[in-house]
Amino acid sequence: MAHRHIFARAAVIAALLLIRSTSADVLPDNRADVFYSKYSGGGMDITGYSATARAKITENFAVEANYFIDKVSGASVDVLSSASPIKDERRQKSGTLEYLHDKTTYTASYMSSVERDYISETASFSLSQSMFGDLTTVTLGFARTNNTVGDNGGTSNKPDVRWVGHALTRAYSGGVSQIITKNFIAGVNLQVITDAGYLANPYREIRFLDGSTRGYGLASQVYPDTHTSTAVQVQAKYYLPYRAAVTGLYRYYNDTWGVIGNTYELDYTHPIRNQWIFEGRVRYYKQSAASFYSDLFPFQFAQNFTARDQNLAALDNTTIGAKITYAFLPDGWKIFKRGTVTGDVSRIRFNYHDFRDNKDFGVAQGFAPGTEPLYQFNATVYQLYLSMYF
Amino acid sequence: MRLRPILLIATLSGALLLSSACSIQPWVKPYERDRLADPIMAWDRDAISNAYLDHVRESREGSRGATGGAGGGCGCN
Amino acid sequence: MFSTSTLLKRCAMAAIVVASTAFAASGDASGPAPAFTLTSLSGQPSGLSAYSGQVVMVNFWATWCGPCQQEMPLLDQMYKKYKPAGFTLIGVNVDKEAPAVKELLTRKPVSFPVLLDPANQVSKAYHVDEMPSSVIIDRKGQIRYIHRGYKAGDENDYQDRIRQLIRE
Repeated sequence: MAHRHIFARAAVIAALLLIRSTSADVLPDNRADVFYSKYSGGGMDITGYSATARAKITENFAVEANYFIDKVSGASVDVLSSASPIKDERRQKSGTLEYLHDKTTYTASYMSSVERDYISETASFSLSQSMFGDLTTVTLGFARTNNTVGDNGGTSNKPDVRWVGHALTRAYSGGVSQIITKNFIAGVNLQVITDAGYLANPYREIRFLDGSTRGYGLASQVYPDTHTSTAVQVQAKYYLPYRAAVTGLYRYYNDTWGVIGNTYELDYTHPIRNQWIFEGRVRYYKQSAASFYSDLFPFQFAQNFTARDQNLAALDNTTIGAKITYAFLPDGWKIFKRGTVTGDVSRIRFNYHDFRDNKDFGVAQGFAPGTEPLYQFNATVYQLYLSMYF
Repeated sequence: MRLRPILLIATLSGALLLSSACSIQPWVKPYERDRLADPIMAWDRDAISNAYLDHVRESREGSRGATGGAGGGCGCN
Repeated sequence: MFSTSTLLKRCAMAAIVVASTAFAASGDASGPAPAFTLTSLSGQPSGLSAYSGQVVMVNFWATWCGPCQQEMPLLDQMYKKYKPAGFTLIGVNVDKEAPAVKELLTRKPVSFPVLLDPANQVSKAYHVDEMPSSVIIDRKGQIRYIHRGYKAGDENDYQDRIRQLIRE
């Protein structure tokens, strides 16, 4: 039930990341990765497995294919109605074509994400142009996603899915990357995303005071049927003389739902010769709540739009992460130019400023509705992957 | 419209400035890009891992978009 | 007169065209090839003057440049083929430090002379504006052709030019 939608929607957004890793002057090396990930936190465990391969077909033309499965189990704090643990699976496939001509790289890709109660398909196109002696790279992109949203009225083992709506998402992006000195590169990205249609998570509910024993009743959320957001990110990378790199980034986000988000991140990368790369990261994120969000409404139809989705609450989170890459084939072997194995662990602390933990605390424990402790939890994200370059 | 000739002059001077700005030589030469070509200076050394972390964040946060980076590298062709 | 919006669109397009075509493609060139003296990996000095009277190709490369690595074996083959006819290939390496160059050439040796230009004096003198770059010089010491970048199949282009200059 519940949470899968959010992961699916996020995967769709990930597919809209058009400004990823393109170099307009030469197509990247051939590479194959097998990837394992695990997210554990807030009562949920999500395991992901993926395989990706990219290869140059000709000097100017490359293809990439990816297959990703994630499996969720657990029950998060906002799901009260189900006593049984949920188990669900999402399958994602994507294919990308890249074409390089002179100093321009054209990229087209398609992604589909399917789970029992959510289907999503994205088509995207981007263009990356290297100019001014290859010091400047300008990227423009567009993506379009169709989502079909369902509501599983049954259980994980005996599903009963009713399709409740469609949503269309369009994303427009632009970015400029500039080499400032031989040690320093900076960039700015802008992305405007607009959605229309059924935009709520059908499993999440609002609560409102109703004078019952519990103190509150539950009802469906009512979301606007449009949403437009703008995000701007500035970033810079600097090479330290003893061979290391430090990266800083800041992203500002705001949208028509009233959410304002600020992201700050600092990364440090330290290699040892040709064989090891150590990386550490620190990230701080803070957001204000959506205008129609409330943890507890005074009555059911208090506003035209009502939401109690955790993602729209006022919150902050802090992440500390570490990554180690070991090249077990630093100089290659037969057709492989290089082989590496990477482990990455991130620890995230989430603090909600206006979302209360009504799953573990209630009238029975002596908390009147609206006085339960604010929700907070820790999550750990593990990644392990093998990368072969050929 | 009186605005038209002003806009015309502004655009033409802008275009002229842009084309003369392009006669400034690139100040980092291709043979000076050794550090920028180092894999540790790539924006997305492991794109799949970065995409996955973005996915985790966007599933728990209200923000989305504008992540990733392009450009840099060796500038070879 | 055109409408303001058409004019704006045309100016914007013109500016983009100017900006994006500001890089030079491979082509014929002219002028005397600047003389230089550099040391090899083993410390022996050498330069363009050692090969006067021959057709010379000066190839600028680096250990960190992917396309440079790709063309090296093909350059080596080309060198061996045309050497008896009075051709020489000088690999000018632009790395800041020698150990990486030594390590690469030990793993993937080449038979043509490799000289080191860590201070980038020769690269500057030859106005290198793309990596890799190959400058083809005729028997009289005049630059005849500059090839910028490397894509599979470019070695055929090199060979055509070299054969032409050998026959002169």
